Amino acid sequence: MTTKAPKAPKGRSPGDKVYVTFAEAVADIPDGASILIGHFGGPGGMPMHLIRALRDHGSRDLTIIGNTAGIGVVFGAKREAVRIDPGILVANGQVSRVIASYPIAPGAPQPNPLEEGVKSGAIQLETNPQGILAERIRAGGAGIPAFWSPVGIGTVVEEGKEKRVIDGVEYILERAIRADFALVRAYKADKTGNLVYRGNTRHLNVSMATAAEVTIAEVDEIVEPGDLDPDRIVTPGIYVNRIVQRPKEMRGK
Amino acid sequence: MKQKLDRVAIAMRVTREFKDGDVVNLGVGMPTLCSSYLPQDRKVWLHAENGVLGYGPFADEGHQDPDLINASGQFVSPSPGISFFSSADAFNMIRGGHVDISVLGGFQVSEKGDLANWILPGRGSGNIGGAMELVTGAKKVIIAMEHTTKAGEPKLVAECAYPLTGKGCVDLIVTDLGVVEITEQGFLLLEIVHGFTPEEVQSVTGAPLAVSPDLREMEF
Repeated sequence: MTTKAPKAPKGRSPGDKVYVTFAEAVADIPDGASILIGHFGGPGGMPMHLIRALRDHGSRDLTIIGNTAGIGVVFGAKREAVRIDPGILVANGQVSRVIASYPIAPGAPQPNPLEEGVKSGAIQLETNPQGILAERIRAGGAGIPAFWSPVGIGTVVEEGKEKRVIDGVEYILERAIRADFALVRAYKADKTGNLVYRGNTRHLNVSMATAAEVTIAEVDEIVEPGDLDPDRIVTPGIYVNRIVQRPKEMRGK
Repeated sequence: MKQKLDRVAIAMRVTREFKDGDVVNLGVGMPTLCSSYLPQDRKVWLHAENGVLGYGPFADEGHQDPDLINASGQFVSPSPGISFFSSADAFNMIRGGHVDISVLGGFQVSEKGDLANWILPGRGSGNIGGAMELVTGAKKVIIAMEHTTKAGEPKLVAECAYPLTGKGCVDLIVTDLGVVEITEQGFLLLEIVHGFTPEEVQSVTGAPLAVSPDLREMEF
């Protein structure tokens, strides 16, 4: 995992965060990259265009980190009936490692490419309790290398991990997660990268935006600095390196 | 004529456990049905891991918003007092002891209150989701499930055969045959479905089932 500050891609000024196409925004994601992908259990709060652009970009040997490894969401059902979620990266053979909480989603296609990959040894799968996954990412963005957690005592979660008794209660040491890239979804951005969210789509996006060397946000609309109410901003722009606006017909979908 | 309860009736019985002001988290499957049968005389705050507190029943067609779903991915409706936050915050609420009741499904529950509900039987893999935090942090853990598997095997057992979600974490089990409490001595039958005898329930339970002296007929 890298620790350097991200460089602006060739031909761009460092302060310019607005990217016109999704392809351009993911064009420098290399083979072997680790990528946080915001989503939960449905299309809400999932950067579907960035995921599809990454599939088309084709980088391989990726580590993907998120709630699932594909949930079977049908994207643009009426027009193209294509499932767009992290599962398309797995199905496309681009993923060698998955860190997730809900990897075997009921809506995932059968046979599930993830389960096939795990069986064949092509994919390494680590399943985390959901809140531990969220907190590992939050800690990664907050400069906390590890933390003591009460979750999963007496289960497979504690296997191979350091344990300690604090005030009579047993805890497990959980390590922070940082990644090379984060693909997140927000409602609106201003050109400095400040993000606001809609409904309950903040879920893992908020922590993920803080825990990557390069954070790329997919939004419905990009507005001028000052146009977002500062009281409503959830993710301050210092966490966000690139923003891409959805085509008009795909907003709010 | 005697008849086991269906999933809706089990969910309805579970909601009778909710007290005014309780913060309640509903797990995947049968537990989510509870959101449609909340007691009308009490305010219950439904909590979900994807960052919402105070959501209402399932949203009707035409009012479904992809940006308002429960943790199972189902469209739900807003309710007065609703609030949104991140998953990290949602789990702070759970681990921090701010959630009163967790309702979960289960593959097996042992007489010591161990719960197995994450490795999919016969598949060797599965989903942990938020269940491990919920059984660690929620004040009361209720399991809503059928009393046996489809093949008739007991799901209330002496020892869980599947990998555990949590040890000694279950307080109450609501099934299609009755309501069973986990006590220091093991399973205790508190309520029974109309027409069934305790002996019949014991015959499909994988460990000794004590019968409460105040055994009642199950209402929902």
